[in-house]
Amino acid sequence: MTAPEKSRNYWLSAGREVLRRPRAAVSLAVILFYLAVALWGFTGWKTPDWETENFEMAYRPPSRAHPFGTDIYGRDVLAKTVYGTRVAVSVALTASVLALVIGLVLGLLAGYFGGWIDDLITWLFSTLQSIPYILLILAFAFVLQDRTFTLFGAEFRIRGINAVSLALGLTGWVGLCRLIRGEAIKHREREYVLAARALGSSPGRLIVRQILPNVVHLAVITFSLGFVSYIHAEVILSFLGLGVKHVPSWGVMIDDAKLELFRGVWWQLAAATAAIFFISLTLHIFGDAVRDGLDPRLRGERR
Amino acid sequence: MLSYFIRRILYLVPILIGIALITFLLFRVVGGDPVDRVAGRYATEEQKEELRVQLGFDRPLWPQPGRLLAGDLDGFARNQLFGHFASTFTFRFGRSEQYRRSISEMIRSGAGPSLSLTVPAFIIGLFLQITIAMLCAFRRNSRFDRTVVVLSVLGISVPYLALIIFGQAYLAGRWGLFPIYGYPERFGFSVVRYVALPVLLGVAAGLGAGVRFYRTVILDETRADYVRTARAKGVGEGGVMFGHVLKNALIPIITQVVVVIPFLFLGSLLLERFFSIPGLGFMLVDAVAGADWPVINALTFVGAVIYLGALLVTDLLYALVDPRVTLK
Repeated sequence: MTAPEKSRNYWLSAGREVLRRPRAAVSLAVILFYLAVALWGFTGWKTPDWETENFEMAYRPPSRAHPFGTDIYGRDVLAKTVYGTRVAVSVALTASVLALVIGLVLGLLAGYFGGWIDDLITWLFSTLQSIPYILLILAFAFVLQDRTFTLFGAEFRIRGINAVSLALGLTGWVGLCRLIRGEAIKHREREYVLAARALGSSPGRLIVRQILPNVVHLAVITFSLGFVSYIHAEVILSFLGLGVKHVPSWGVMIDDAKLELFRGVWWQLAAATAAIFFISLTLHIFGDAVRDGLDPRLRGERR
Repeated sequence: MLSYFIRRILYLVPILIGIALITFLLFRVVGGDPVDRVAGRYATEEQKEELRVQLGFDRPLWPQPGRLLAGDLDGFARNQLFGHFASTFTFRFGRSEQYRRSISEMIRSGAGPSLSLTVPAFIIGLFLQITIAMLCAFRRNSRFDRTVVVLSVLGISVPYLALIIFGQAYLAGRWGLFPIYGYPERFGFSVVRYVALPVLLGVAAGLGAGVRFYRTVILDETRADYVRTARAKGVGEGGVMFGHVLKNALIPIITQVVVVIPFLFLGSLLLERFFSIPGLGFMLVDAVAGADWPVINALTFVGAVIYLGALLVTDLLYALVDPRVTLK
């Protein structure tokens, strides 16, 4: 093999490329803010109180004491939104990571090796994909709800929201896998891969060093879009009665609004919509910037 | 071509078996014995036992190899797995637990209203998405392009449920532009009045994501070598975009169209529920609320079969639009 050439680190220069764009930097700041709010929720240290009910204060419009108003039980909508952030971020993060890892690994394996490996993986994702997405999520969420699994001698109990994230993650890898598999097949026959193979690269090295950098931008876009779509899915699952129970989430808040809006109570819908809107928006912008930074073909191009 | 077609259909067999296996695991193995649920509070033990036999829940879940070795073929065949496969592949889904109605009949009567909503929304949406994306790619980095990109990202970020709730409460409720909900008893021209707002909301919800996706696909194609070649030999911008780029972008476009089809189902789920359109989505929400497993089982399999049909068409289209795809 030739001696390794000292070159610019791919990820480092991509990172610099991304943060040079003011919009991307601002988006990253907003995303980090959401993550911080979610973490704050988990620590439980001086988190705003969403539980105290006060029927005299029901449906109060936004005021100094309650910046986002109050709900039907007189609970503070801002505090509910903060708690909802924790729910949404943990669901979306678990589901995205799970889907990303499964989709990337299986897609690369299927696309690169072909043969029976491809047949098996294609069978698996074709079967899952041919079941309408919402039915699949529903079925998985139902099945995983309140089950106990024994893994490596330890017992795991899957409760409410974890069932939702697992259901989303275990079903969400299919699209990425299909995409990556297609790209890997395309790249497998390209000259640079053939050249690397002729030079004696092992399959593992070929996949990681040659093909992965050419498909990783797809994974990044899918991650940012997937993260957003899981946040939106949580809303729909809550509407169907499968999301979190007895604690606030953005989905439950929007679901409540379907009756409130006819009575002129708009603030709960507005708060949850705004919370979802800004995290979606910044993830999209950041995802785009990351894609532009990661795709070697786009380097230096101003878009 | 014919041999490819036949092999492509044979290829569906393992997938159909996979789906039947998944529905079996979910609705028989995990879902369990529904008899207590179905029979009602006042049923006697004998009635329950009768119902259990009728629904096949008295049988063992899995085939018993012992019976086969003993030469008892009938006993070997009497199990829930084989029963599930037989009823699934003959489309005999039984009755709804909630309504006691035949599920096949329910699906047949729900398909019309569902399609009257999703087909217009899908066609109008796709047409607008690709047209706007082409205009953006055609005049990339113009003010128009940049405005569309910003608007589409803003559009994607609005939660779907919030859009529906807002549309129904304001466009229909407050301002009275559309009926708030409902669907005519008899299928006719008046359907247009009732599906107008749901279609509008469906199109609006999908527009941002679609434009963004197709714009990326088309712009990716414009960076390919053959585009440079075409420009070099003097093909005009219009000729490049429509003659070369759009043609090559058809592969990802077709892929995306098929990927979107299950989402049509998801979309109509919410829209049908909110606007009381008696379609399959409405039926599904109702079944989920009532834990009506046979209905969910039937919709899962039927939905999958429809999806596989679409996938089959796609693969044949691939072969038609891309001469590089060889049929072997």
